[in-house]
Amino acid sequence: EKEELIEEWQPEPLVPPVPSDHPALNYNIVSGPPSHNIVVNGKKCVNFASFNFLGLLDNPRVKAAALASLRKYGVGTCGPRGFYGTFDVHLDLEDRLAKFMQTEEAIIYSYGFATIASAIPAYSKRGDIVFVDRAACFAIQKGLQASRSDIQLFNHNDVADLERLLKEQEIEDQKNPRKARVTRRFIVVEGLYMNTGTICPLPELVKLKYKYKARIFLEESLSFGVLGEHGRGVTEHFGISIDDIDLISANMENSLASIGGFCCGRSFVIDHQRLSGQGYCFSASLPPLLAAAAIEALNIMEENPAIFSLLKEKCKRIHKALQGISGLKVVGEPLSPAVHLQLQESSGSREGDVKLLQEIVNHCVDSGIALTQARYLEKEERCLPPPSIRVVVTVEQTDEELERAARTIQEAAQAVLL
Amino acid sequence: MANPGGGAVWNGDLHNHRKQSGSLQKLTFYFLLFFQQNGKPHFYHKPIVESFEEAPLHVMVFTYLGYGLGTLFGYFRDFLRNSGIEKCNAAVEREEQKDFVPLYQNFENFYTRNLYMRIRDNWNRPICSAPAALFDVMERVSDDYNWTFRFTGRIIKDVINMGSYNFLGLAASYDESMKTVKDVLEEYGLGVASTRHEMGILDKHKELENLVAKFLNVEAAMVFGMGFATNSMNIPALVGKGCLILSDELNHASLVLGARLSGATIRIFKHNNMQSLEKLLRDAVVYGQPRIRRAWKKILILVEGIYSMEGSIVNLPQIVALKKKYKAYLYIDEAHSIGSVGPTGRGVVEFFGLDPQDVDVFMGTFTKSFGASGGYIAGKKDLVDYLRVHSHSAAYATSMSPPIAEQIIRSMKFIMGLDGTTQGLQRVRQLAKNTRYFRQRLNEMGFIIYGNEESPVVPLLLYMPAKVAAFARHLLNRKIGVVVVGFPATPLAEARARFCVSAAHTREMLDTVLENLDEMGDLLQLKYSRHKKSARPELYDETSFELDD
Repeated sequence: EKEELIEEWQPEPLVPPVPSDHPALNYNIVSGPPSHNIVVNGKKCVNFASFNFLGLLDNPRVKAAALASLRKYGVGTCGPRGFYGTFDVHLDLEDRLAKFMQTEEAIIYSYGFATIASAIPAYSKRGDIVFVDRAACFAIQKGLQASRSDIQLFNHNDVADLERLLKEQEIEDQKNPRKARVTRRFIVVEGLYMNTGTICPLPELVKLKYKYKARIFLEESLSFGVLGEHGRGVTEHFGISIDDIDLISANMENSLASIGGFCCGRSFVIDHQRLSGQGYCFSASLPPLLAAAAIEALNIMEENPAIFSLLKEKCKRIHKALQGISGLKVVGEPLSPAVHLQLQESSGSREGDVKLLQEIVNHCVDSGIALTQARYLEKEERCLPPPSIRVVVTVEQTDEELERAARTIQEAAQAVLL
Repeated sequence: MANPGGGAVWNGDLHNHRKQSGSLQKLTFYFLLFFQQNGKPHFYHKPIVESFEEAPLHVMVFTYLGYGLGTLFGYFRDFLRNSGIEKCNAAVEREEQKDFVPLYQNFENFYTRNLYMRIRDNWNRPICSAPAALFDVMERVSDDYNWTFRFTGRIIKDVINMGSYNFLGLAASYDESMKTVKDVLEEYGLGVASTRHEMGILDKHKELENLVAKFLNVEAAMVFGMGFATNSMNIPALVGKGCLILSDELNHASLVLGARLSGATIRIFKHNNMQSLEKLLRDAVVYGQPRIRRAWKKILILVEGIYSMEGSIVNLPQIVALKKKYKAYLYIDEAHSIGSVGPTGRGVVEFFGLDPQDVDVFMGTFTKSFGASGGYIAGKKDLVDYLRVHSHSAAYATSMSPPIAEQIIRSMKFIMGLDGTTQGLQRVRQLAKNTRYFRQRLNEMGFIIYGNEESPVVPLLLYMPAKVAAFARHLLNRKIGVVVVGFPATPLAEARARFCVSAAHTREMLDTVLENLDEMGDLLQLKYSRHKKSARPELYDETSFELDD
């Protein structure tokens, strides 16, 4: 009889069929380098879609450094950090990053996504409590899921909401003081949110940290190399001492134009990840040519702090230029180099919105401005942001190109929405 | 299509219990399988020899004694540190944050502080050349018993590399054949700064994906920037709540993390043990989900091609048979086996002579045999299309860097012979020869070696924590770099040294290493094996005496 059951059982197909007109299947193919002038699907455009904030993707010095490293070390590292995968380039890069951010120590991961997704579960385990912003990016969500901790969401950038949650937790603690003594608390925020383009209110968060005894983990993927006078991120922007933040994590794929990520902070905190960060211990180390490129990019950043104010100016300019477009509203602060354009009135369904925005994007690409929609996995996100077009500002874009972009988007919006 | 359920003939009984109390167990698997492949019958009749010999009793006793002594000392030293008699060298919490809940539990770090710190200099050794067969290790010394290190500035040159995963010898410093990588670097730059769904797919990626699909003989493939992330971000896309994952006991951390993140129910079967797997499959199909008694939506079996800590090769023909009988799906992680096993280096499927259509999801990494970094998933076109849309990595993580993609393209063409030479094939054969020679000599000398005869990953058992440290340090003094692993990557009492044989090792290098290992074995009393093999094969183990073997 068991044999019959085995015969009859039919599992679901391994993968459900996907409609062939899904946008991710008809993707944009970029021929050639994804730099300032980009060739998308055969059309030459100005690049407003890649996160190349400081324009270092095709900087000749960076490429020369990577080439030198290629000559000496080859390409791969063939091993994790623990087993002869640590090169002197990695140690150099960690030193330089720690010095640049003015912390004690830094640790490098070989992939940006894995950085924060391995850092959070290394400290926060089952039974700990994490307060996280609703608009946190997907990598943070995966890190939290892997950590199996208790997650409390607070409204985006709403310090009052966070304080309310912390107060509730305090009341819980008083009921059970023994458990409270071993439950760790963390607040996880991003410096510059990727999903909304806003900056987190760090000074108030630091005050809450000391009042309610929670540790702060700051994710600075977009704000590293953008905010602050020397590009050190949101702590420099607000003038907060870096020792107040327990862990800063960033990826090197945006401003540093390389691949990988790093965490920096005090040795007390960072050293723990060397044995318990999953993406660090169980994965091959960063290829040395990417590490050498990152070091050279850091050199350029240190020698030339004027680019940060230049970038800020361009961001403000495009923010102003995009304000008047009918049918689209700008979401994001004037200081953020990655802003979103959302529909002012939704067409009712998400697919409809996505289609409209895609038409606008196609129109822009035809006119020589490369844009893209901000993509999410609809079913996996905890709090799905509304569909939007992502506009990225880089230092290399000239003022005329900025004006042209704004005009093109305006024309496209008028053509499609009216 | 293959029909093993009807025509398979199992020869010999399968005793595959590793932990048997009492005396040693030598395990041997003998197969005589009859597979129908494209209409042609294909015999896989080479005997597979895997052995996991158990250590003599006195060794285990001393190992546990060693750990016990270390623990006692650990408590003593902790007491001294806490009461202030001894200075504490570890980093401490900030003054302002001393009344926060402690970040680490005291006990979590006990092992790190007291046992790992003593022998910490055997890991994370920095090198300053390409990880080829000979490399340069930076000399570092510690003035305060491994709490901090200092570089003397000297470099130990030409150390024989037995630790890096350089199976085909493709990780070397620049030579003329890498010219295309240099060109791609100059043209494309390094970063991509965008995700796959947005602006991150370059023409190089498409070229690479087509080549990978051709290499593995499947319909389509998709590449990702990091091997670890490939597993942890795609398994959740394939299975979810209401599905069942059957994963091997010794699966890699990335597979375990991916399985946990998916939300499916996970059941573990004993390492390479087909009865355990069959029992779990039967129970799953017959009884369904635990409380609601409804059928499972899908069953996914997660295995690896070569297990990196054991050196064993997965028992693929039997798993395929079971999978077909119970209609489960098979996900195989070929991180170590792609490029290193099989007559032309195509992985375990080719090693066993199976049809690639039988495996549902092929996953592998480019770090080990191809000398680059990144991972891939390959299989049927529907699967890859689905992953293009739904994979976490495609939507949120940057794609692979262009020069790395070019390096993979170059090395894959080299292995496939598309660059016009047969050097790739020669390297695969050289690797197989080196593996057999190395393992045979080690067995003759009397060390305990785990794993399959054909796997290039060779774990040599050391057992005692002190020997672990002594082994690594002495061999570095003799200019041989080895990797030693202990708890928690291996079970507590089975610390080992793990050698990775490479096609770039010449016979002289292997002989040097073997001589030194011989001396070390005598010095440290490591030759625990109770049956020394002679140089000639035992005649009574032969299954057939036919001439056309």
